[in-house]
Amino acid sequence: MAPADSKIPEGPVAEKWTNYKAHQKLVNPANKRRLDIIVVGTGLAGASAASTLAELGFNVLNFCIQDSPRRAHSIAAQGGINAAKNYQNDGDSVYRLFYDTVKGGDYRAREANVYRLAEVSNNIIDQCVAQGVPFAREYGGLLANRSFGGAQVSRTFYAKGQTGQQLLLGAYSSLNRQIQAGKVKSYNRYEMHELVLIKDKDGVERARGIIAKNLVTGKFERFAAHAVVIATGGYGNTYFLSTNAMGCNCSAAMACYRKGAYFANPAYVQIHPTCIPVHGDKQSKLTLMSESLRNDGRIWVPKNIEDAKKLQSGEIKGSDIPEQDRDYYLERRYPAFGNLVPRDVASRAAKERCDAGYGVNNTGLAVFLDFSEAINRLGIDVVRQRYGNLFDMYEEITDVNPGEFACEVDGVKYYNPMMIYPAIHYTMGGIWVDYELQTSIKGLFAIGECNFSDHGANRLGASALMQGLADGYFVLPYTIQNYLSDQITVPHFKTDTPEFDAAQAKCEAEEEKLMNIKGHRSVDSIHKELGHIMWEYVGMARDKEGLEKAIGELKNLRKTFETELYIPGVAGDGMNVELDKAFRLQDFITMGELIAYDALNRNESCGGHFRTEYQTEEGEAKRDDKDYFYVACWAYEGSDNKAPELIKEPLEYEAIKVQTRNYKS
Amino acid sequence: MEDNIMKVNLRVWRQRGPKEKGEFVTYSDVETTPDTSFLETLDILNERLIENGEEPIVFDHDCREGICGMCSLYINGHPHGPATGATTCQLYMRRFANGETITVEPWRSAAFPVIKDLMVDRNAFDKIQQAGGYVSFNCGGAQDANDLPISKVQADEAMDSASCIGCGACVAACKNGSAMLFVSAKISQLSRLPQGAVEKYRRAMAMVSKMDELGFGNCTNTGACSAECPKNIKMANIARMNREFIAAKFRK
Repeated sequence: MAPADSKIPEGPVAEKWTNYKAHQKLVNPANKRRLDIIVVGTGLAGASAASTLAELGFNVLNFCIQDSPRRAHSIAAQGGINAAKNYQNDGDSVYRLFYDTVKGGDYRAREANVYRLAEVSNNIIDQCVAQGVPFAREYGGLLANRSFGGAQVSRTFYAKGQTGQQLLLGAYSSLNRQIQAGKVKSYNRYEMHELVLIKDKDGVERARGIIAKNLVTGKFERFAAHAVVIATGGYGNTYFLSTNAMGCNCSAAMACYRKGAYFANPAYVQIHPTCIPVHGDKQSKLTLMSESLRNDGRIWVPKNIEDAKKLQSGEIKGSDIPEQDRDYYLERRYPAFGNLVPRDVASRAAKERCDAGYGVNNTGLAVFLDFSEAINRLGIDVVRQRYGNLFDMYEEITDVNPGEFACEVDGVKYYNPMMIYPAIHYTMGGIWVDYELQTSIKGLFAIGECNFSDHGANRLGASALMQGLADGYFVLPYTIQNYLSDQITVPHFKTDTPEFDAAQAKCEAEEEKLMNIKGHRSVDSIHKELGHIMWEYVGMARDKEGLEKAIGELKNLRKTFETELYIPGVAGDGMNVELDKAFRLQDFITMGELIAYDALNRNESCGGHFRTEYQTEEGEAKRDDKDYFYVACWAYEGSDNKAPELIKEPLEYEAIKVQTRNYKS
Repeated sequence: MEDNIMKVNLRVWRQRGPKEKGEFVTYSDVETTPDTSFLETLDILNERLIENGEEPIVFDHDCREGICGMCSLYINGHPHGPATGATTCQLYMRRFANGETITVEPWRSAAFPVIKDLMVDRNAFDKIQQAGGYVSFNCGGAQDANDLPISKVQADEAMDSASCIGCGACVAACKNGSAMLFVSAKISQLSRLPQGAVEKYRRAMAMVSKMDELGFGNCTNTGACSAECPKNIKMANIARMNREFIAAKFRK
């Protein structure tokens, strides 16, 4: 197959987006009314795209699996959103945000996309303030900022520890205005199962609709449109335990992949360093503690292995270990960025210390995040004002109150630290898109976490919200018009065509197959097994042998699924939660294989992808720019049992010099 | 941690569909631990039901970190259970005694019909928001975010109101089934900010009318809504909403 064409516009990187907008094709207002667009998903990307497209005049059909668009998992983002406003006068600029993002992504992102992201970042803040998003402010009435990992400036805007919630509710409010105006039809508790392709008069297949299941009635329904946009989030739940919501899944993306959309860089999975450690085998999800805590929290383990052993056996507590016996390993290894190194670096460093035996809880898989220094410097009131809701959340889950006074030794006051450990959080990989956010299928677009485009091999904190809203408010509403401009004479589609018949029949056959397995195992029990394989061999540290083993075990797991699954109840008559979960799990298994294939192919370490064979003497990631300076696009080969085909999109950097990431000096 | 096992009995409302008759079913000796969440305990029970070939209990849940507003259980007579300022998904079994019988019901309100078991339809909340819970402007026309200073006090108050997660606990807690706390939280958030204040009367009128139309009850200042709210949304929001609604009526 031909190499993937990224359609990056001509010209210097700083002028590409301006040039694109100046020369792209548009659709006039009267014609917009004739065009229908399906948007699947109502997170930051989906809701902002749906509302903006409707404001422009298109007819939008918008779908979510939850009971309301406001529940999408963007709502759980805590820390903040980046923008290059330079309100703090600390040297920020569009170029610096662009540079930090490319560097943070370990030089595996597409330059042109990232520059555009940095460029529109400022518009996002303006847009959200105008919507009534209550960002944190200073006493003078201007917006407040804080710092996040991978940056030396304060460019993160926030609303307490609930930034994602406030931004999503802002997008939801704009969406509601368009629902009220009749421009958006909202379908809640609907799940996309199949993408419908229809050939145009020249024989080119275009995305023209979806089959979605009404989760309440259990029936499949048909929806047609001139273009389809998927904004269905990431695939972190492949690992079973993650910070994703329980309903987050990759099934819509997998449906597109099976229809011919390339899947790019699946191996780039982000493991977030500050999550509450795993406590038992009944646990259903992991809870994130915002990266913003690393502004004032210091990460450490004991210097002496004896102290670590005592912590593990419960003989002593963290606050019993005096200052001189603490190893602030991030500050030691990375003096320039300290506790604010990017997430992949912080996660690997925690794993390294725990693997060496210095873990601080009963499982040995935890490190301390300590606020003693901050409380002594700022007072508990200021610290609580900044992080109070996170402290409360931590206490509710663990029964320990971080920041509570513990003891005073030699005039130094010590407070209870948090315990944290890395967990699966975000997926940089996703459906491959070109500069216009169009996939390798004509008329199918992918936005937000669902696509692969902007974060390279590692995403910086507070950049997910930025990308989701950039795609939805300011990029897709332009680029989709370039596609739709020659579709204005195409009439509204009917859903009683052979293409829709075939797509629905396929969904129903799948469903029947699952119901008829009639084994004895629940969906969750098999999903947990998948999670173990993925975390063990395709997690934070990978190697050739382990990845090959994982691919073998995943094939066996698929057999287990196909022969041992049991789904109670009936299909097609009312809600059947287990059946819905079974569909998702089937896709997670395929996704797991895809991650493993990509990880096996990429014989280098970069960002969130760490191959133990490829590291420096100091244990840092060792890239191979000669052989792996490309986006790995995977094409479906007609069956989940066949290995996918690799197609490369070579990366071209013109503005930034590719070099080894350095957070030390 | 496995040495910490506790057993509880779960008395759960089961209802096959919106129009069918429901009943309580008691499941005895569900094994869990104090560090397990309440919803994870329901997961454990569901695994047991599936193993026995029975249909699992249906309940709404998603983020499991207290922010999406999806979980909605009425536990031992309280929306979101006994903990204050927390959602059901943030409730841990250490709040309950070993051997305790815990009663679990769906939200009970005319405006929230049961879909199945513990899951209810809260679409009425979306409809109220669609009636006016927004600032009327199109993407792209905004001025620079710092052009308009907003006092920190005002911004913080707006943030407090905006913390509402739309779970519906206020309606479930209210003897009248009133949605005033939910509606007033959005009205207060937007009218506290200059961007939203421009159309505050229009908004109050539209949202309150929609709320009445959808069959939510009246407010009699009992305060159960605020006391049970997992996000501590204050009653003062209702006072502000009433003020704006009355002013809007006089301006008509």
